[in-house]
Amino acid sequence: MPDQIPMVEYLVLGDSPHLEANECTNCGARFFDRRNACASCSGREFTKAAIPTEGEVRAFTIVTPFMPGTDPYVPAVVDCGGTSVRANIVNTPPDPEHVTLGMKVKLTTFSIGADTTGTEAINYGFEPAN
Amino acid sequence: MANDDIWILGINMTKFGKHPTLDSVDLAAEATLAALADGGVTMKDMGVIASGNLMGAAAGIGQQLQKQVGQTGIPVYNVANACATGATAIRTVIMAIKAGETDMGLAVGVEKLSGAGMLGAGFGAAKSDEWTRTGRYGAVSGLEGKLGTDMMPGVFAQVGMEYGHKYGGTSFELFARISEKNHKNSTLNPLAAIQKDMSVEQIMAEPMIAYPNTRAMCSANSDGAAAAVIVSGERLRKLSLEQQKRAVKISASVLTTDPWEEACQILPNVNTLTRNAATIAYEQAGVGPEDLDLVELHDCFATAELVHYDNLMLCGEGDAVDFFESGATTRTGSTPVNVSGGLESKGHPIAATGIANVWEIAHHLRGEAGDRQIEGAKVGLAHVIGLGSACGVHILEKSGL
Repeated sequence: MPDQIPMVEYLVLGDSPHLEANECTNCGARFFDRRNACASCSGREFTKAAIPTEGEVRAFTIVTPFMPGTDPYVPAVVDCGGTSVRANIVNTPPDPEHVTLGMKVKLTTFSIGADTTGTEAINYGFEPAN
Repeated sequence: MANDDIWILGINMTKFGKHPTLDSVDLAAEATLAALADGGVTMKDMGVIASGNLMGAAAGIGQQLQKQVGQTGIPVYNVANACATGATAIRTVIMAIKAGETDMGLAVGVEKLSGAGMLGAGFGAAKSDEWTRTGRYGAVSGLEGKLGTDMMPGVFAQVGMEYGHKYGGTSFELFARISEKNHKNSTLNPLAAIQKDMSVEQIMAEPMIAYPNTRAMCSANSDGAAAAVIVSGERLRKLSLEQQKRAVKISASVLTTDPWEEACQILPNVNTLTRNAATIAYEQAGVGPEDLDLVELHDCFATAELVHYDNLMLCGEGDAVDFFESGATTRTGSTPVNVSGGLESKGHPIAATGIANVWEIAHHLRGEAGDRQIEGAKVGLAHVIGLGSACGVHILEKSGL
C-alpha cells in the first residue's frame, strides 16, 4: 500500500478517519485552520477535538464548473453534532433530487492522486448515510 | 438642519454596463464631475476624498482621479472593503466631517468588470512534483471544488439554501421569482446594464451557475462608477435654497463586520452583521423598517435578496418567504425593494455599488426618478455587503424644505 497523507492537516487518517478541530480551551470555539488566537474570545490555548463523522446537510449548492467536460460538484455545510464542517457531498448524483437539505451524511475518504514519490493525498467528503 | 447633520449635496452614477473605450479613471472622473455639478460645487470645495477601486486597490484611484479633475492637495483615503467598498468610501467622508476635519468631501467608487468570470475562488498553486503543504489548512492541493467553494455564486447559493433549511418555504422557483421582480424593475432604469424583462421560465432555463442560482440570478459583472459630494449641515445652511432643497439627509451611516459565531468560518454568515447594522441604523435615524418607502439591498444573487428581507427586519424573523409572496417588495408593494433592477440587472461594478445604491434612493427622495419614481418617497435604505465580511447601511431622508 502506498504512503498516504491527508490533503488538509485537520483530516486524521488511519483505521477510523475523522476530522480534528482546534478547540479553544477557554470558550470551546472550534476552528479547522492554523490559529494565532481565538476569534471568539482571543484565547491563545487550543486542544484537539475529534469531530463526529456523521452529520446533516444544512446548506448545499451544485456548482457548474468552468471547465467543459468536468462534473458539477456539491459544496455543502454539514452539521456534525453541533460543529459545522465544509465539504463536498460525494458518491451520489449531483442534482437536487439526490442531495437535499437535512439529509443524513457520513464522512468518507478518497485518493486525489499520487505525487512523483508515489505518495497518495487523501481527501474527505460526505456521502449519504443510508 | 442641525449643524452636525450630514447631507448628500450632489450625487451621480454612470450608466452601468460595458464601457470598452473608457478606463477606470475616465469613469470615476465622469461620475465625480457630474456629482460636483449636481451639487453646484467644484473640486476646490472638497476637503477630503475617499475612493475605491477594488480590483485596482494598489494603484491609488483617488490620486489618479485628482490628476484628471483637480489636484488640490487634499487628503485621499483609498479604501477597499470588498463589495462594501463604496459604502466604506461614503462612511469615511462622513467620519472626516464628523471629526471636524472638513465640512465637505467626495466619495467615489469605480470598477471595470465587464467580462470577468465568477469571483472569489483561489484555485491554489499548480500541482508540484511532491505534495507540499501551504496555507492555513496545510493543504496539498487547492480547495476549490475539492472541499466546498469560495466562489461567490456557490457561497450565496448556500446562504439562501441555509435559510430554506432553517425556515422552510424556499425553492428554485421562489428564488427565480425574486430575480423576475428585479429584471422587470430594470426595464424602467436606463442606467441598468441589462434591461430585459424575463419570465420565471426564462430565468430558470438560463445556464445553471450554482444551484439554485442561474446566470440571470447572479449580479452582472459590469463597468461603472458612482460619486457623492457629502456636506455638513452647518456648511449646507450657507449654500443656496435650491441646493438645500435638493440635498438628501443621511440620517444613518453604519458599517459592521461579522462577529464570531459557530460556522461563520465555514460559510460566511451574512446575516448577523446585516442585522446588527440595520439595528444601529434604525436607532440612529429614529425610523423603523415600516417607515421605509423603498430599499436598495445587496442582491448579488437572488438567494441573497431573500435573506436580507429578514436581516434588515423588513419582515418578521423567518417570514421572508411569506413577505415576498405577499408582493410587499414589488414596485407597488408596501416596501419596494430594488426598484433600480438590483445588482442582478443594474449590474455590480463592485466599488461603485455602495454609492450607486445611495444614488438610487436619493434620486427617488428628490422626486427625480422619472418613470420608476416611487411616488412621495421620503425615507429609504441602502444596504451592501462585502464578503470577508463588511456590511454598510445608509438611511436617507428627503429634505424638509
